[in-house]
Amino acid sequence: MSKLSLEQINKMYPDVLTEIGNIGAGNATTAVANMLNVRINMSVPHVELTPVEKIVSAIGSEDEVVVGIMLGVENDITGSMMFLMDLPSAHHLVNRLMMRDPDYNEDFDEMDLSAIKEIGNIIAGAYLSALSGLTNLKITPTVPYVAIDMAGAILSVPAIQFGMVGDNALMIKTEMGDDLDISGYYILMPEGDSYQKILKALGLPV
Amino acid sequence: MIKVGMADLKVCHAPDNLTTIGLGSCIGIALYDPVTKVTGLAHIMLPDSTQIRNNSNIAKFADTGIQKLLEDMIKEGALKSRIRAKIAGGAKMFEISGASNAINVGERNAIACRNKLKQLGIPLISEDCGKNYGRTVELYSENGDFLIKAVGKMPYKI
Repeated sequence: MSKLSLEQINKMYPDVLTEIGNIGAGNATTAVANMLNVRINMSVPHVELTPVEKIVSAIGSEDEVVVGIMLGVENDITGSMMFLMDLPSAHHLVNRLMMRDPDYNEDFDEMDLSAIKEIGNIIAGAYLSALSGLTNLKITPTVPYVAIDMAGAILSVPAIQFGMVGDNALMIKTEMGDDLDISGYYILMPEGDSYQKILKALGLPV
Repeated sequence: MIKVGMADLKVCHAPDNLTTIGLGSCIGIALYDPVTKVTGLAHIMLPDSTQIRNNSNIAKFADTGIQKLLEDMIKEGALKSRIRAKIAGGAKMFEISGASNAINVGERNAIACRNKLKQLGIPLISEDCGKNYGRTVELYSENGDFLIKAVGKMPYKI
């Protein structure tokens, strides 16, 4: 089995990458809504291959401070995933989780950070279990890590990871609204032949 | 202030200045000739072009990026023996431990930059690498000052 690039996979099976994005993001959003006991509407996730150098401008400006949650992915497929949201979205979620005034806007303390990690856990767990159900592969997340910093700096991590194997990164943008306005990005960073394993598990010839 | 993007490099003359925004694990390499004030800044992402199959963008790698930046500066009138270097970035943005070598790429980037500069015989006069936060850098052609800005910190010069 020769190694396929993300570009080749996208050319052969454009719908597969979109579907992987859709099903994962849908599941993750539902998990957040259940955790917070709110109604969240979600736009159809937008999946695209972005040149690694443009990964930051696809999201916003390089110096905007954002919250990044990163987890490793283990077992049948390996790699990592990142969930990224802007500061107002993170404050919304944390305030809701900590049952605080929705307009509370102070810097995050230790408790808030562990709440953000928990949100990351739930989002990643839901995302990966959707992918796992779809493919019958065993996929488990590692503990999450949080960074709050300039978007450029946080996104250098996936940019480098994708840059090692090709020129493009797989970005999944999702907007959730209604009770809460959240806009976030999922970035999946599979390593080695993980994408091939996913395609194979879906019964597609690779 | 001229902006240098990710996996990009630029050369300017005084009074223009160069900046690159939001360095994480990437490194900003500042080269400066104090006599002609020819000033160059590169924003590299990965340490070594020879270890990557897809290496067409030479500004993406420490080895080829620094080489190209030096050549471009010499073309613009800089004298190699006068050029001094400063570097910043190479942070570890997430405290993830484990096998993935992408996670420690910041440190490997810094090592690759030091090695390449040494190989080219360019003195590295100061650096601000590692730790766990992002950096925006500004390089001033008037005096070669390399200003570093980070979230929640006072800007500092190296």
